[in-house]
Amino acid sequence: MADTVKLPADSFKPITADDRAALDSEKIAAPSLTFMQDAWRRLKKNKGAWVSLILLGLIFILAFGSAVASPHDPNQVHPEYANLPSKIPGIGINGFNGTLVQAGQRIDAYKQAGATGAHYLMGTDYLGRDLLSRVLYGTRISLIIALVATLFDLTIGVTYGIFSGWKGGRVDTFMQRVIEIILSIPNLVVIVLLILILKPGMLSIIIAIALTSWTNMARLVRAQTLEIKEQEYILAARTLGESSLKIAFKHLLPNLSSVIIINTMFTIPSAIFFEATLSYIGIGISSPQASLGTLLNDGQKNFQFLPYQMWWPALVLCIIMLAFNLLGDGLRDAFDPRTKE
Amino acid sequence: MAKYLAKRIFYLILTLFIVITVTFFLMKLLPGTPLTNQAKLSQSQIALIYKQYGLDKPEWQQYLLYLAGAVKGDFGTSFQFSDQPVSYLLSSRIGPSLQIGLQAMVVGVVLGILVGAIGAMRQNTWVDTTTTVVSILGISIPSFVLAVLLQYYLGLKAQLFPIAEWGGFIYTVLPTLALGATPLAESARFVRTEMVDVLSSDYIELAKAKGLSRMGVIYHHALRNSLIPLITIVGPLAVNIMTGSMVVENIFSIPGIGEQFVKSVLTNDYPTIMGLTIIYSFMLCVVLLFTDILYGIVDPRIRLTGKAN
Repeated sequence: MADTVKLPADSFKPITADDRAALDSEKIAAPSLTFMQDAWRRLKKNKGAWVSLILLGLIFILAFGSAVASPHDPNQVHPEYANLPSKIPGIGINGFNGTLVQAGQRIDAYKQAGATGAHYLMGTDYLGRDLLSRVLYGTRISLIIALVATLFDLTIGVTYGIFSGWKGGRVDTFMQRVIEIILSIPNLVVIVLLILILKPGMLSIIIAIALTSWTNMARLVRAQTLEIKEQEYILAARTLGESSLKIAFKHLLPNLSSVIIINTMFTIPSAIFFEATLSYIGIGISSPQASLGTLLNDGQKNFQFLPYQMWWPALVLCIIMLAFNLLGDGLRDAFDPRTKE
Repeated sequence: MAKYLAKRIFYLILTLFIVITVTFFLMKLLPGTPLTNQAKLSQSQIALIYKQYGLDKPEWQQYLLYLAGAVKGDFGTSFQFSDQPVSYLLSSRIGPSLQIGLQAMVVGVVLGILVGAIGAMRQNTWVDTTTTVVSILGISIPSFVLAVLLQYYLGLKAQLFPIAEWGGFIYTVLPTLALGATPLAESARFVRTEMVDVLSSDYIELAKAKGLSRMGVIYHHALRNSLIPLITIVGPLAVNIMTGSMVVENIFSIPGIGEQFVKSVLTNDYPTIMGLTIIYSFMLCVVLLFTDILYGIVDPRIRLTGKAN
């Protein structure tokens, strides 16, 4: 075969110095990426996590934006417009067109209430308060809880973990025993004691989260710190006379970042769930403030006849939980590619 | 082993001691007495009632008495139900809670192992995708939403199960399902990840090379080694079930301690709250101790030196 190929001599030419430089086999063609850029690239490939991230961004904007411009006042009572089902203009599907089944017949609830011009996207509750505004308000509470849990995870949890792991020895043993004791007290017990002293509300929930949520983070960070502190670069930093504090910030924290980010993503849904549960049973956020938990509790009472009053808050809560969980999974895969095959 | 056990039991007692102490003095900080609203009582009557509840003694004596009582399982007398000892109130209510909690744990974890193992065996196929979706949904849907939906669709609409109350086994089905969803989802996720890891290890290749059947490999080698780390999440799952049971017992009107806990909090029944606080902590401590011991037994690589990680 090879002997049948006849190449004319002029198809060859000596390579120039420029060509030689371009053909350098040592050169890395792809741009060099930092650890974070690499993780970001992998995260963007994960569709579930990417959609969750966008969704959460949207929910954040809507929930906190509603503090400035809410469709209606979440606490404004309109008894004459009570229990109106959701009505989304332009959608004729039953369930979204302002009709509901009453005594076996489908009737237009808006016409009956004399509110033909109005439309409430998620309907109204038993006092005629706009459900959408209340759901947005409740979402804001859930997200604040999420932010608070993150804050304590990052401050108390990370500091405790690094300190315990870095010091080692007796200090470490003592600090770990303290964590074990905190872990063996159910967090619902902590919250209930706080509620009795402080009164149900945001403050007691936040303190309860502050007291209990950081333990997992502290344990993980400590385990990782124990591993990292044996590395040569830490030894080098110490030999060069770097202070412990500076080593913690410059060398430990950046190398712990993936553990920290991943674990935060798993603390958040459990904190949101915790708040919703407490509010649901009536020892969390109390009315007239709305939380997704209280809305669910209100909605559940009328579920048989006015199912939308529970469906909407349930849907929003599930979406938030789902999004944080999917994002957490995505981040774990992005930071630690080994976990995904 | 004996030394380790002694050490762990010492920590268990220390934890409970701290819980009792903190709870007791927090309760003492609270304003008000059980007689705040009874203005019509005369001084001598109030003194008598104080004596009956032991409130006339100095606080440190009350504390020691409470501690001594708590060791024997005596948590004082309920404020809400007069003349009812807390221990009696709770012992009659702990049965349903334990039954539902254990059922949820067992059903959840067993099904979770199954779902997770199936997902790992059919990795990256539609089966795997389905099981992953099921487990992520199970984690994201709060148990009380699930409870209401189950109650409505399976109880009221389909008439398959009673919607509430407490009777025979049939009454436990819906609460168990509602509570068991999270353990199911968590353990399914956990087992899948572990098993994917184990399936790619050398000893699985060896087992296959020896000519073991597919099921033999899965059952004798892959599954067993994937299950060991699962023991570590039993503790957190127990916490989850305890929190969930407060709500689920309320929704299904089950006369359990979770329902009582919420009621007591809403009525400021301090002795009952204290008793329940101790019981919850005790249960969690026992679960944690049990899982730690089990971990040492099933995995000889872990020496019980009492060191975490």
